Amino acid sequence: MSSREQVLARIRTALADVPRESEAAPDPAAVPRGYRTTHTGEDPAAIRELLAENLADYRAIVHRVGDESEVAGAVGRLLAERGSKTVAVPDGLPADWLAEVAAGTERLAEGPELTARRLDSVDSVVTGCAVAIAETGTIVLDAAEGQGRRRLTLVPDHHICVIRPGQIVASVPQALPRLDPRRPQTWISGPSATSDIELDRVEGVHGPRTLEVVLIDD
Amino acid sequence: MSRTFVGMPPFPTAARSSTKDGQLRANLTHATHTIRDKRAKAVAELDDWAELREAGKRIKDHTLRHLDHYLEQLEASVTAAGGQVHWAADAAEANRIVTELVRATGETEVVKVKSMATQEIELNEALAKAGISAYETDLAELIVQLGDDLPSHILVPAIHKNRSEIRDIFQDAMGRWGRPAPEGLTDRPAELAEAARLHLREKFLRAKVGISGANFMIAETGTLVVLESEGNGRMCLTLPETLISVVGIEKVLPRWQDLEVFLQLLPRSSTAERMNPYTSTWTGTSDGDGPQRFHLVLVDNGRTDTLADTVGRQALRCIRCSACLNVCPVYERAGGHAYGSAYPGPIGAILTPQLRGVESELDASLPYASSLCGACYEVCPVAIDIPEVLVHLRERVAEGGGHRDGHRVEGAVMRATTWLFDHPAALGAVERAAGAMRGLVPRRLPEKLPLPGPAKAWNDSRDLPELPEESFRDWWKKREQRGSGE
Ligand code: SF4
Repeated sequence: MSSREQVLARIRTALADVPRESEAAPDPAAVPRGYRTTHTGEDPAAIRELLAENLADYRAIVHRVGDESEVAGAVGRLLAERGSKTVAVPDGLPADWLAEVAAGTERLAEGPELTARRLDSVDSVVTGCAVAIAETGTIVLDAAEGQGRRRLTLVPDHHICVIRPGQIVASVPQALPRLDPRRPQTWISGPSATSDIELDRVEGVHGPRTLEVVLIDD
Repeated sequence: MSRTFVGMPPFPTAARSSTKDGQLRANLTHATHTIRDKRAKAVAELDDWAELREAGKRIKDHTLRHLDHYLEQLEASVTAAGGQVHWAADAAEANRIVTELVRATGETEVVKVKSMATQEIELNEALAKAGISAYETDLAELIVQLGDDLPSHILVPAIHKNRSEIRDIFQDAMGRWGRPAPEGLTDRPAELAEAARLHLREKFLRAKVGISGANFMIAETGTLVVLESEGNGRMCLTLPETLISVVGIEKVLPRWQDLEVFLQLLPRSSTAERMNPYTSTWTGTSDGDGPQRFHLVLVDNGRTDTLADTVGRQALRCIRCSACLNVCPVYERAGGHAYGSAYPGPIGAILTPQLRGVESELDASLPYASSLCGACYEVCPVAIDIPEVLVHLRERVAEGGGHRDGHRVEGAVMRATTWLFDHPAALGAVERAAGAMRGLVPRRLPEKLPLPGPAKAWNDSRDLPELPEESFRDWWKKREQRGSGE
């Protein structure tokens, strides 16, 4: 008997007390769910405020802009303030977001030559996101257009993430149906952090140590 | 201490030495109280916590009751997504499979993200025997590994070490494993974290093989989920060419949507955060993004025995949040090492003897490493009735270790008592735990404590024993001066 058959047989024996009503597959939807799908209500402005608050609470640096036309100014300024000489650019990032990046800044387009080792010497990365969750202060990336492969937002030390109003949801239960589990996802709540040394929180061990969020209000 | 749990002394003996360690106890008390208070606040933010907890419990129970179905579904989904699934009946087989998979890549180094399952099967030791170096990359696990030590807490494995001890370990040992600690390293946490960052980055950038566990696996889609804080998980899960995930069969959940419950329950119960800094999900392999070869090793290793025990099976609901450790007065005093397995604290006291059986003296002593105060049950996000299982396991121990359901608990308690007098080590554990709890423990457990089943019957029918006057510490001190050993 293969180990697979052995383990499955052991499980069936172990569950001798569980009645098997029929041959039909079990129905997980039958499990009662009395919890809320949101703790925040429906007002988009309130949800956006909560997102900004919770992002900041987890030590992301939040920048508010009025509308999408102001993104370029914010991104250009943040890269300049940081003194970034190189910026990684995912496929499908809106070109006008980088319209005001200083002329001397080198742009590195995503591609096979952008290996982890190469990314290790890249100063910053600019991306969009798939969903942002207000109640937990979480940004979800799913490697789609404008977000890049996972390594792009992992190896450089500085990540600027732009959130559009339509991408914001209140809660985790509202986020999951919007996400495709077949895509690789990275849920980010604040920058990399550890509390392993006497429970003192230290920002940044391996992921980007600085997370800046550009939140578009309208 | 050697890096293996095999041959660990029984709980009371191990606790005897660990409770003497003042530094350890100070570290532990600080840690457990801090996390405990933060957790209470994080939980209080959600007014539907009770409903979430109930849903978490029910989803897990539903899955366990149809575990064969969901595992087969998971296997099909992972395979369809480009992964390969392997089944391991026990630790030895799991280690053999992983060793072979690493060998097939031609590599002799792997990077690891913290995983309870691989600790449980002692994978690092098995790989070392095969000439493969496994590097732990979680900061705390790195501290433990460099210090040739063992983890002592599920969430913060190096919590028994303070900052100056960590600095010494980094200075002494980093150079032997790779990039040495920077000159003049101080004990500031930020500097220590930076030293770890530099040391490990070297390994991440050259690693070809990553090994992980998983917090959840989704049967419907074949998705694996890992929650972490530092980003070392992301490094291990995305940079290598080959990823091997070693996961206990109980970690499966039916649907993607079920994550909405557990992504709320786990971070708040564990690190007391609304959400942990990083969660990674992956489904098989993705073109050009992340590892192009993915293996899932499904591990039984005693889980099916646990499943067969209708009272004890609820331990398989555990999502390893560690909340029960932080409220446990016995854990706080004894420390994690005394439990002699990857799973310390209250969950260790019920899970380990079920996974390994109660034949050894250590495993037989674990169900007694508790005061039955019930705090662990109160905080458990999936409502595992740890006191009920403890009482049940004491019965099993008393009867010689077999699976015997349906005996009257009263009789079992009497038999346990008799057995205890014949087994001084275990009796010592009970007495010491009780002594440590004097002043904290009422003569009878609170009536409102919702203890179902045997534990309730036990509680309702008996007073707790009179506790000795003497404090735990004083008793130790005198005992040590007398030079008595066990
Ligand atoms: S038993 Fe409950 S409280 Fe303890 S680690 Fe497991 S899930 Fe958390």
